[in-house]
Amino acid sequence: MTEKTVLNATHRALGARMVDFGGWDMPINYGSQIEEHHAVRRDAGMFDVSHMTVIDLHGARTREFLRHLLANSVDKLKVHGKALYSCMLNEQGGVIDDLIVYYLGEEFFRLVVNAATRAKDLAWIGQQAQAFDVQGSTSVAGGRKPGATDVQGSTSVAGGRKPGATGVEVKERPDFAMIAVQGPNARGKVIGLLHEVDQSRIEKLGKFSAAAAQGPHGMPLFVARTGYTGEDGFEIIVPAEHAVALWEALQAAGVAPAGLGARDTLRLEAGMNLYGQDMDESVSPWEANLGWTIALDDGRHFIGRAALEAQQAAGVKRVMVGVVLDGKGVLRHGQTVLTANGAGEILSGSFAPTLNKAVAFARIPAGEPGEIRVDIRGRELPLRRVKYPFVRDGKPCAGI
Amino acid sequence: MSDIPGDLKFLKSHEWARVEDDGLVRVGISDHAQSQLGDLVYVELPEVGASVRAGTGVAVVESVKAASDIYSPVSGEIVEVNEALNDKPEIINEDAYEEGWIFLVRPSDRDELDELLDANAYEDLVESEDH
Repeated sequence: MTEKTVLNATHRALGARMVDFGGWDMPINYGSQIEEHHAVRRDAGMFDVSHMTVIDLHGARTREFLRHLLANSVDKLKVHGKALYSCMLNEQGGVIDDLIVYYLGEEFFRLVVNAATRAKDLAWIGQQAQAFDVQGSTSVAGGRKPGATDVQGSTSVAGGRKPGATGVEVKERPDFAMIAVQGPNARGKVIGLLHEVDQSRIEKLGKFSAAAAQGPHGMPLFVARTGYTGEDGFEIIVPAEHAVALWEALQAAGVAPAGLGARDTLRLEAGMNLYGQDMDESVSPWEANLGWTIALDDGRHFIGRAALEAQQAAGVKRVMVGVVLDGKGVLRHGQTVLTANGAGEILSGSFAPTLNKAVAFARIPAGEPGEIRVDIRGRELPLRRVKYPFVRDGKPCAGI
Repeated sequence: MSDIPGDLKFLKSHEWARVEDDGLVRVGISDHAQSQLGDLVYVELPEVGASVRAGTGVAVVESVKAASDIYSPVSGEIVEVNEALNDKPEIINEDAYEEGWIFLVRPSDRDELDELLDANAYEDLVESEDH
């Protein structure tokens, strides 16, 4: 059974080509993926990302719980509305998911996690919250419906558990839709639609911060200056019943609808990992170039820390690098990469519309790789290793 | 779908074949195929002079999304390729049935043409795939 966002009929009316994406019926493009990509790099585009999962955490011990749950440190979050990117690891140091956590109050944090990992994330967070509750307080965790398997639209899976007196409540928010508006002109176009009392405040909103604002017809919005394209812009969480009106208002303001195809090439050019392609539970953050998201702060015992420290002490065996194919052809996930130290593979790889050539992330054995080559249909083609991002703020980065 | 040229014949794998006045067979992919693939970014053309067999991979088209083998509808020898696709693969997206042709074959067995779908049968195939 394929799930649909509240904007499904809107996409179809726009002539979108729809595909199954992690169990969701989503627009891959509205005609030309490349034109949508350029619209975001040069002006403003919008993506329906309502398939992503919003999880609210409430309770007196929420910050303490997140110190335990996440590999990055929520103690970096000191100002209301501030956001943090983090991995959520298993005990072996493998990545269960990557996510953004927003600090909305000392007893209220919001997580946005991936769509395809929704069920396992909710189960893991619920299980960890329960264990945390039992460990940390004498109250019995209540409110959880054991064995509930109905996931769609329900908050009664792991997500529905109520905290003990001092615990953490985990609550999924299927009542929200989410629209990402991205590009050099994206913020201006969104701000023009806000209630005038909110405009200057949202204008001043810093990067990786969020705030509430009133949208068209007074609809309540959660506006975050975050994104997955390498451009400035907002990700807007909106009550599902207002999502179509918001989409239409954005379109009237000149924001181009863009599909998940363009979203993928934009984020690859921007050097951002995709869960499931660049890392998963068999890959540690060290091997996915996510070391910058690991906070080994004193005395914080987060899940996976012991494994990460052991890997670091023993030496990480595989590394993730950026590569460019200067010749003709397209790099794709799963292609074999050859180095002086043995074989590796292409992770995320694609034609990059801003660069007009193919770029990719590759995971290869650690150490000086010598000349890197890729096997495309039996032919070995030379790759050039580069530092990424490949593109930032509309322009190719130096050396790409 | 009603704008499929009536003089074309098709493979089920969405290649078209057009018999030219000089008896050579021009080959491309259908408008349906290009729209499924999305924006094309690279075409790997065969060598002129290469011999090809019907139903085997001869060229590759790559879109942003995927790579796809192009099969020859007939056996024979490649006599010309559409060099314009090296610089502008998107010609296939813009004009799949004319300017977006991929290669030209001198057929060795014209009976193979009888095994291809006609435009109506191909249209039915596409419609059944869409539902």
